[in-house]
Amino acid sequence: MNYEESLQNVSVLGAAGKMGSGIVLLTAAEMADLSLKPENKGKTFVLHAIDVSDEALSGLMRYLKTQVVKVAEKKAVMLRKVYADRKDLIENSDIIDQYVFDVLHVVKPTKLLEAARDSKVIFEAIKEDPDLKISVYKKINDNNPRKPWFFTNTSSIPITWLDEKANLEGRIVGYHFYNPPAVQKLVELIKSQHTLKEVEDFGLMYAKNLKKVIVPAHDVAGFIGNGHFMRDILYAGNEVEKIKGEYTFAEAVYLLNKISQDYLIRPMGIFQLVDYVGIDVCSLIMSVMKPYMKTENIHSPMLDLLLSMDVRGGQYADGSQKDGILKYEKGKPVAVFDPGTKQYIPIAGFQEKTDKKLGAMPVVRPWKTVVNNAAKEELLTTYFKELKSLTGFGAGLTKAYALRSRDIGKKLVIDGVAFSEQDVNTVLLTGFFHAYGPINNYLN
Amino acid sequence: MKKLRRKVYMVAGYNSISMGSGRKEFNPKKTMPGLEDYIKEAGQGTLKKIGGAKNVDECVIGNFMAARYNKQAHLGAFFPYIDEGLTGKPAISVEGACASGALGLITGIKSVLAETADVVLVIGVEVQNTVKAIYGADILAGAGWFQVRKNGHAYFFPGEFSDRAGAYFQKYGREKTRKAFARWYRNAVENARLCPTAQEYHNTCDDLETLAMTEPNGKGFVDHLNLYDCSKVSDGASAIAIVSEEGLKRIGIPKSEAVEVMGWGHVEDDITRQPADPTELATSRQAVSNALESSGITSDQIGTAEIHDCFSIAAVEAVEAMGFAKKGQGAEFILAGNTARNGMIPINTTGGLIGWGHPTGATGVHQAVTLLEQLTGKAGDSQITLSSARPYGLSVNMGGNDKTIVAIVYRKGDA
Repeated sequence: MNYEESLQNVSVLGAAGKMGSGIVLLTAAEMADLSLKPENKGKTFVLHAIDVSDEALSGLMRYLKTQVVKVAEKKAVMLRKVYADRKDLIENSDIIDQYVFDVLHVVKPTKLLEAARDSKVIFEAIKEDPDLKISVYKKINDNNPRKPWFFTNTSSIPITWLDEKANLEGRIVGYHFYNPPAVQKLVELIKSQHTLKEVEDFGLMYAKNLKKVIVPAHDVAGFIGNGHFMRDILYAGNEVEKIKGEYTFAEAVYLLNKISQDYLIRPMGIFQLVDYVGIDVCSLIMSVMKPYMKTENIHSPMLDLLLSMDVRGGQYADGSQKDGILKYEKGKPVAVFDPGTKQYIPIAGFQEKTDKKLGAMPVVRPWKTVVNNAAKEELLTTYFKELKSLTGFGAGLTKAYALRSRDIGKKLVIDGVAFSEQDVNTVLLTGFFHAYGPINNYLN
Repeated sequence: MKKLRRKVYMVAGYNSISMGSGRKEFNPKKTMPGLEDYIKEAGQGTLKKIGGAKNVDECVIGNFMAARYNKQAHLGAFFPYIDEGLTGKPAISVEGACASGALGLITGIKSVLAETADVVLVIGVEVQNTVKAIYGADILAGAGWFQVRKNGHAYFFPGEFSDRAGAYFQKYGREKTRKAFARWYRNAVENARLCPTAQEYHNTCDDLETLAMTEPNGKGFVDHLNLYDCSKVSDGASAIAIVSEEGLKRIGIPKSEAVEVMGWGHVEDDITRQPADPTELATSRQAVSNALESSGITSDQIGTAEIHDCFSIAAVEAVEAMGFAKKGQGAEFILAGNTARNGMIPINTTGGLIGWGHPTGATGVHQAVTLLEQLTGKAGDSQITLSSARPYGLSVNMGGNDKTIVAIVYRKGDA
């Protein structure tokens, strides 16, 4: 079966979720593009968008409409050629409207899992719950005569375990998109011990067509992305604990968030990133990873405490940030949650005093001015040289954080999670939008 | 053209900010000033300088596509909205694509010559940021023949001028021409930085020529032009008063603060035909020739010009069409520094369409306001020094792909 035939009938499980909706968008556009090729005229392309609630599916369709319009606007130059034989489509607006119709026409929203019975390709982006995944795979596999291929978006569950538990005989591969899938270039590809070559080949071709960057990872819980991210969270949490005597909890959280963003030149601070992903999601990922880690304890008491107080973070349906460890106004952190008083403490109240205690720090190089700068390497080298020469409290905290991030990265290679240091850096650069890879020589 | 039966002057120019990407105030997510706001601002700006609406006999407004950008036609009826004193006075709206502004000027000049008016208030306006550029391209394509829109580029006019650039590259060489484009961009932005109303006034890039040498990407845009080769999407309005000698007395402005219209050329070409030779602006050449002839001067007497650089290739071809450079030597002419503000013939001294901005229907009027300011010594930081041997200003406003051209020659009022 060739690539196009495989994509004629696809199901996305968890289609209305944050990751699922992005996968639906990308896949539906790819399927529509195939359907518009002259050689595919008359062929039907169907994507079953499966989720558990009508409300969520309705939201999915609204999201798709908005996003497909943007996609169409961006590729209008190419679309004029695609629709060259349609004499009724003259202006860009005619062509964009038609393309939006053609993409949405591919998508069939449904609550019925049975819809997947004719699909060759199944993208799964449901809750990070191993048993639930197994149960769903089995239901589909037992009723689908086409021996479907499963592409799981799990970010932490070992693929071999899923493969064997659901009796998939190698028809599964880890296919971990990054959030949001429509924007992030990275896809981690994780084979089980039995993954069939045809499944892997399809995954590679699909990624190539979508202009995604594939980074292979070994089948070790957490893989590369979360392997780094979860340990980064634990490190930041431990540092908060360490300095809590001298600072309040809110001040310590603010400091670690600040240095991990401003002084490590990242797009957001570590606790803002936790809120972005969701405290509950991070905690769940840790709990999935924990049993597989023999020599370390992947578990955060800090996240447990916050969740026990119903502090969860995550995002609203419109993509705006919910309050979590931090409270947000117009997307910017303005306060820190204090578990002691169960109140948000305004950052403005302690910011000046806390910043002063950092001591001499390099001039902040905002991430957005560095990440795509043609002279990035030079900028970073100069920046870290200055950081290295400073000896104050803040500089020490920052350097230790950077070195710990490097150690985490190196250990992912030593432990056989990543194939190479380059792969680790690629994941952080493309999946987390870091301006530089964690494994570097800036502080040597 | 027959000799003008009486003297015609332009005074009291006003430009709004050219609003769009690049201006710090621009935020498409917020409600921005609308069409009527720009009309009012520019109209009141000129009225204030000429003693109010009571002194106005007639009104003209030039606009290209408000009917699509703003779902608004019937613009003549906005004059009373500018000032109640204009209620009951004649007003007319004129359209000739991106040359609508200059057609407004010509219409006003003719009213003065016809002696039906001694003071005509002329406004040019366009508000384009109501739609994204990809849809704006559809609207602007109306300056071409709709029957060929289907086969045109998504970005229709950039596509048309990209074809001109491709032909020019092939005939005269790509490298030097692309370098001339980059120099043109640099001159445009550096001039715009001297004019507070310019769209590129806030531009801080320190290596403009390198930026402008960015290789064109035909997959996302057009084959032979990059974004720096193109004027931006702009909102704005300009206004000016066109007056007779009697009109000057009525409004109490001395000739020294006015420019005299020495002559003009207004030429139309067949919109249904492609340019016979895409490496030249034949219609522009004819219009400039007519303007110079009607003014009784030669191109070497022009001290400064405002030309229609909607695209950098249009600028290269325009300096040839105006007779400043020979055919095929426009790029060298620009690279030699002749068009820079300290060059032989400073062109687009406040940035032109690429630097100041291109609110399409307003551009022709903006050109006249800029020349009025330069020739009367009121150009502020962007003021250039004119030699006595070159006392004339020339504006060239173009509609479509070299289809409607209006060229006007000006001189300081008391010269």
